Amino acid sequence: MDFQLSDEQLQLKKTVREFAEREIAPNVMKWDEPGTFPLETIKELGKLGLMGTIFPTEYGGAGMGYVEYVTAIEELSRVDGSVGIIVAAHTSLCSNHIFVAGNEDQRRKYIPQLASGEFIGAWGLTEPGAGSDAGGARCSAVRRRNTWVLNGTKTFITNGHYSDLAVVVAVTDKTAHTHGLSAFVVEKGTKGFRSGKKENKLGLRASDTSELIFEDCEIPAENLLGHEGEGFIDAMKVLDGGRISIAALGLGMAQGAYESALNYSKERKQFGKPISDFQAIAFKLADMATEIDAARLLTHRAAAMKDAGMKTTLESSMAKLYTSEVAVRCANECVQIHGGYGFIKDYPAEKFYRDVKLCTIGEGTSEIQRLVIARQILKD
Amino acid sequence: MEILVCVRRVPDTSENEIQLSSAGNDIERDDLVYSVNEPDNYAVEEAIQIAANAGGNVTVVTVGSEEDEEVLRREMAMGANQGVLLSDDAFAGSDGKGIATILKALVQKGHYDLVLTGTQAEDGGAQVGGMLAALLDYPFASLVNAITVLDGGKLKISREIEGGNREMSEIDLPCVLSIQTGINEPRYVGMRGIRQVASVEIPTFGTSDLGVDPASVGTAGAKVKRTDYFMPVLGKGAEILQGSQEEIIDQLIELMKAKGGLN
Repeated sequence: MDFQLSDEQLQLKKTVREFAEREIAPNVMKWDEPGTFPLETIKELGKLGLMGTIFPTEYGGAGMGYVEYVTAIEELSRVDGSVGIIVAAHTSLCSNHIFVAGNEDQRRKYIPQLASGEFIGAWGLTEPGAGSDAGGARCSAVRRRNTWVLNGTKTFITNGHYSDLAVVVAVTDKTAHTHGLSAFVVEKGTKGFRSGKKENKLGLRASDTSELIFEDCEIPAENLLGHEGEGFIDAMKVLDGGRISIAALGLGMAQGAYESALNYSKERKQFGKPISDFQAIAFKLADMATEIDAARLLTHRAAAMKDAGMKTTLESSMAKLYTSEVAVRCANECVQIHGGYGFIKDYPAEKFYRDVKLCTIGEGTSEIQRLVIARQILKD
Repeated sequence: MEILVCVRRVPDTSENEIQLSSAGNDIERDDLVYSVNEPDNYAVEEAIQIAANAGGNVTVVTVGSEEDEEVLRREMAMGANQGVLLSDDAFAGSDGKGIATILKALVQKGHYDLVLTGTQAEDGGAQVGGMLAALLDYPFASLVNAITVLDGGKLKISREIEGGNREMSEIDLPCVLSIQTGINEPRYVGMRGIRQVASVEIPTFGTSDLGVDPASVGTAGAKVKRTDYFMPVLGKGAEILQGSQEEIIDQLIELMKAKGGLN
């Protein structure tokens, strides 16, 4: 077993950190308050190959795997979780659904544009009345000659407003429940397709979360992604990878919160010495470091298994569940260690505190992860 | 144009808290994060741009150990065409002249029209560029902040001099230039670049390959030896402002007004 990143992976980690520290860190609070989507930065990430890390070079990707991908997401999220989630939703949900379920024409048509960052992607599964119960979707797609006609609303869609194309899961057979769902590619500018309300969020404010609205939106028949009726099954496969992304997102934010708390505890003096000299603070830091390490091992294991072509439903959910809860605990302790300064916006603690909460909710709540894990371990 | 850029791996001051070793003659080097010396990165970017515009080939070189290969790969991923590692036990403990002697041997082994270094190593004293030029009997210009390739084997170079003035010079090739940060905006390394250079073989040359006398380099050849290393005690005359960011800003403005720096 090798617990070290390879030289190449370390190089990638350094490169992404350098970019994040120089190009993202100075803007984090500037973007956060007004909820400014960092479009220019995302385009730059595209040029560096970070919008298509996991796709083969013949499709314009970087030709790397999930271990490299989670390393990049961790480093971006360590500085700004908003950037992390934008890249994650674009890559492992939208682009990867096309890559996994799409036919060769669809891959060739869309992956290069997405991997280069020329196109930003969104992925629409959740609906106002269908969250954890994704099978309860109502957004419909009806076949009309050589087209599909979509009607309905998707909600809480990352990148919704800024996406150039969206992968959308819609009901094609009402009677077949989860086997009656199919996935479609809908391009921006298609008549009857628009983004709706942009959500005003607790955290990850620079990322965009919007509605996608379909009103008699007619798309060519060839935009069906994968087989009719298999949209839900493909979506679950996509989520196996997506959940590794959210684990990486949580991991990066936990690491950022930990480092911020560590540095502050060494600088802040009370009763004549740095507060890190007090065991009450030192033990918090020890717990944070230990939990983050465990979270990283779980995340990297899931990623390495994915790279090895193994099924990761159990491991992805474990990584996602544990890492997101570690992130919430670390951000909480980060604020606590900062004391009063943790409550104001001059220090990064409060933003981590707001941002991490998404991790226990997005791409399946912690409760849903436990359900997935329980089903996996009890199935035999 | 064949361009050689000399680079160095240094402790990354943004990633490390630099502490003195218990012996007191060096910094604590365990667990340090290293990066390419920042000014060298500007030199590599400049070389890549010159090669792209005027045609040519960029080689990056460092004197060090296997671990230093990391910075060569980084610069190759950025766009340098190849890397060379100069490594030998005899090189350890070289002073500035020792490093220049080793590099001189490589320059003479190859045929380079232009040799670039960063202005100085973050843990060094800006010695190597000038010494290398002198040893090679090449013309040298330091603190260069713009380069234009002229016809007839010449470059037009600019350097910033005290007071913000710029001095323009023409310099004959082959030459050595030390490059000032700010000459360009170094590009970030892309994922494809990292992938492409991951398994490229980097040739390593030692004393015998280079024809360098082991006695002239390393500890054996060093006539400058570090005797002490310490952090200066906080002197008088420095005032550290206390309070929240807003309070510190207010105090600073008051101070600047009081001293006549602000009206």
